[in-house]
Amino acid sequence: MGKAYELRLYVAGKTNKSVVALENLKKLCEEHLKGEYSIEVIDLLEKPQLAEGDQIFAIPTLVKKVPEPVRKIIGDLSNEEKVLVGLDIRTKINN
Amino acid sequence: MAKSKNQLERRSTGTIPKTLTGISGLDEITLGGLPSGRPTLVCGEAGSGKTLFSIEFIVKGAMDYGEPGVFMAFEEKAEELKANVASLGFDLEQLEKDKKIRLDYVHIDRSEIEETGEYDLEGLFIRLGYAIDSIGAKRVALDTIENLFAGLNNTAVLRAEIRRLFQFLKSKGVTAVITGERGGNGLTRQGLEEYVSDCVILLDHRIINQISTRRLRVVKYRGSVHGTNEYPFLIDDEGISVLPVTSLELNHEVSTKSLPSGIAALDKMLGNSGFYKGSSILVSGTAGTGKTSIAATFANAACLRGEKCLFFAFEESPKQIIRNMRSIGLDLQKHLKEGTLEFYASRPTLYGLEMHLVAIHKAIRKSKPSVVILDPITNLITIGSVSDVKTMLVRLIDFLQAEQITVMFTALTLNNIVNEQTDEGVSSLVDAWLLIRDIESNGERNRGMYIMKSRGMKHSNQIREFVITDKGLDLVDVYLTEDGVLTGSAREARMLMAQTGEVIHAQAVSRKDRELERKRKILESKIESLRSEYESAEEELNKVYVEEALKKQIMGETINKIADLRRGDESGKEKNVNKKNK
Repeated sequence: MGKAYELRLYVAGKTNKSVVALENLKKLCEEHLKGEYSIEVIDLLEKPQLAEGDQIFAIPTLVKKVPEPVRKIIGDLSNEEKVLVGLDIRTKINN
Repeated sequence: MAKSKNQLERRSTGTIPKTLTGISGLDEITLGGLPSGRPTLVCGEAGSGKTLFSIEFIVKGAMDYGEPGVFMAFEEKAEELKANVASLGFDLEQLEKDKKIRLDYVHIDRSEIEETGEYDLEGLFIRLGYAIDSIGAKRVALDTIENLFAGLNNTAVLRAEIRRLFQFLKSKGVTAVITGERGGNGLTRQGLEEYVSDCVILLDHRIINQISTRRLRVVKYRGSVHGTNEYPFLIDDEGISVLPVTSLELNHEVSTKSLPSGIAALDKMLGNSGFYKGSSILVSGTAGTGKTSIAATFANAACLRGEKCLFFAFEESPKQIIRNMRSIGLDLQKHLKEGTLEFYASRPTLYGLEMHLVAIHKAIRKSKPSVVILDPITNLITIGSVSDVKTMLVRLIDFLQAEQITVMFTALTLNNIVNEQTDEGVSSLVDAWLLIRDIESNGERNRGMYIMKSRGMKHSNQIREFVITDKGLDLVDVYLTEDGVLTGSAREARMLMAQTGEVIHAQAVSRKDRELERKRKILESKIESLRSEYESAEEELNKVYVEEALKKQIMGETINKIADLRRGDESGKEKNVNKKNK
């Protein structure tokens, strides 16, 4: 892929939370990382063996593999501020 | 709600199915192991052995019971865990390769994680479910799930999810062990016990007088009878061993066979046979009275019979004992080499009383001796109160009697109230009690031994002097005189004196004999001379007679001759010559 941001979203089936999370993620990336990102969605119900590798325990989990450091954001990504901080797009200002 | 459901289950199934843990002793306390297909909570403070408990549950299941298991670690990495349990002889690597166990390390790093919005732990469920399905696991251990609380903020979600997790485990039909850190007001910091209603085991690590004792207690076990006491347990190179020693009944077998003590004179005092097999013997005495020597002699005798003996030394090292016993002519080294004698030496302060008991228990189970020596039990008092030691010994004696093992304790008595109590406390338990006492007199210390009690034997009531020689131990009759009891050199002196008297007496007797002999000889010679006197008298008399006869004859002849001469007859002359020749 070779994009600046390689993102993986782990979900388990098409649950409400997963759908919300994917929507939130797409919206956010379009806004802040247009053209610099790739999103891979992994459904653990289909590939449970992948859960161990990325240390997934919560669903949904967004994993930022690149750039380093690896970060994980769990939840439906409804708090945009936190997601941006989590992806190191925006540094923490307050809180 | 949950309670009524459980009661229903119990009624419908009768006794609940159980899964053997393979942890030595635990299966006895729980009467068959943990509830099958249900989660069990194991809680305890840091370092109380929770992780070991759970990994042993998994490994034993995989190795001994053919039940594959999943170990999900929240604390230690798989590599760390492997290294940690390698010392117990568990080769997790190989077991993993053989698909008997599966290790999964769940790494939760707060710094890497950002929470935003709604989430659940479906990922963990999937992971666990996948791990279980991949090897067909029957057992699961989660160590320790509370780490989730450290990594995540939303406790409401976590609590709901943990509740769901237990349901999930039940639905998977796996027997699970979940560990939890002790803390807060409940058994665990996060109150996990409210989710696990089937079985809760508490591990404890208590330090009394700077000595730690590990204990285990089954707090609850729904639908099953279980031991409710606190049971001491030991963690050593073979994992956990729990000691369920308080036997409930006094109905063990007894034997009428007896074992010689190794001291012939003592056996004689004990009704000629020695101690009963499976009995307990206490040897007590003040310092330096030879308690260890008696114990070693007993051990030596057992070894010479080819029986196995286990010697627990709490004071001297095995080498020291071997060296010292060589001085009284016992070669323990030989038995050690042949394997009939085994030493188990440990400092009393090494760990608590209970742990000692567990260790003793374990050693006995392992080597199955017929004779056990504990030398001395007094040293155990340094690490426990008198009543503690007594209860420990009660349990030990109980166990040994059930196993038909003869045990000899040695105990030091001091002129000290506490220790006298100990003696008494123990003495009511033991079957035979030998007491060695110092007898001080004439500027000497000597040892006197007597049998305080010996159940079921016509034992001697005598005080014997107990002597230690370079050929072994012996009991000598105490010399009773008008001056009292004599021991040691006083006894020797008195015996010598008596011997001297005997010699003098013997001398006197022989002198008298000789006198008599002489008299007899004199008389005999007198008789001889009288006889010869008589013979000569007789001869004299005979001579007179012969002469008389000769005279008569000659006279007769002369008369005849004269007559012949007068008549001139030749034949008469010849007749007279013949008569003379006769």
